Amino acid sequence: MDVLLFGIAKDIVGNSEIQITSKEKIPNSVQELKDYLIRKFPDFGKLSSFAVAVNSEYAQDDVPLNRNDEIAIIPPVSGG
Amino acid sequence: MSKKIVAIVDRIDTSQVFTELSDAQSGGICVFVGTVREFTQGEEVVSLEFETYQKMALKEMDKIALDAAKKWNLNIVIIRHAVGLKKVEEPVVVVGASSAHRDACFEACRYLIDTLKETVPIWKKEMFENKTVWVSAHP
Repeated sequence: MDVLLFGIAKDIVGNSEIQITSKEKIPNSVQELKDYLIRKFPDFGKLSSFAVAVNSEYAQDDVPLNRNDEIAIIPPVSGG
Repeated sequence: MSKKIVAIVDRIDTSQVFTELSDAQSGGICVFVGTVREFTQGEEVVSLEFETYQKMALKEMDKIALDAAKKWNLNIVIIRHAVGLKKVEEPVVVVGASSAHRDACFEACRYLIDTLKETVPIWKKEMFENKTVWVSAHP
């Protein structure tokens, strides 16, 4: 599973993408992905909040994740 | 709404927006331009850097334009945001609307920028003399 990273999420991980391989437990939902990130990169827990986008739409925590989805981490936005 | 312009660009040319919003059915055009301010909480900003998740940003900007056109009777709506490195005084965002009467475009313009700031995946990094900060990232 590939996860795109932007803004401070990219700085936290040190890359613009994370690959979660089947060696680890692949997150099945948005909530599981958030838990995975906070466990692996505790700095995610220090953010004001962060959202997950599935196929370039904001996704609620109960949305399931499929292998072919385009998944992205959306830290607090600050455009304008 | 007869025309909608939604775009992410490298550089904003504020002189083109009047022509883009000009329309025979409109008696009013309202435009908001967001620019780089020199001081943030007393600290001097050297520059700002914007990045985006472009595919999603364009979708969200499109939704905002369509929602605005549902709420008010608008003829043309424009939402354009710049990315990359921006210096003090440079424009970074332009939103605008044209409508038959001024109330609609004034109110729509405020809605366009306020909603953009809440939902569109664009991130701003402030570069100070000796540090950089992702805006709004931390409580």
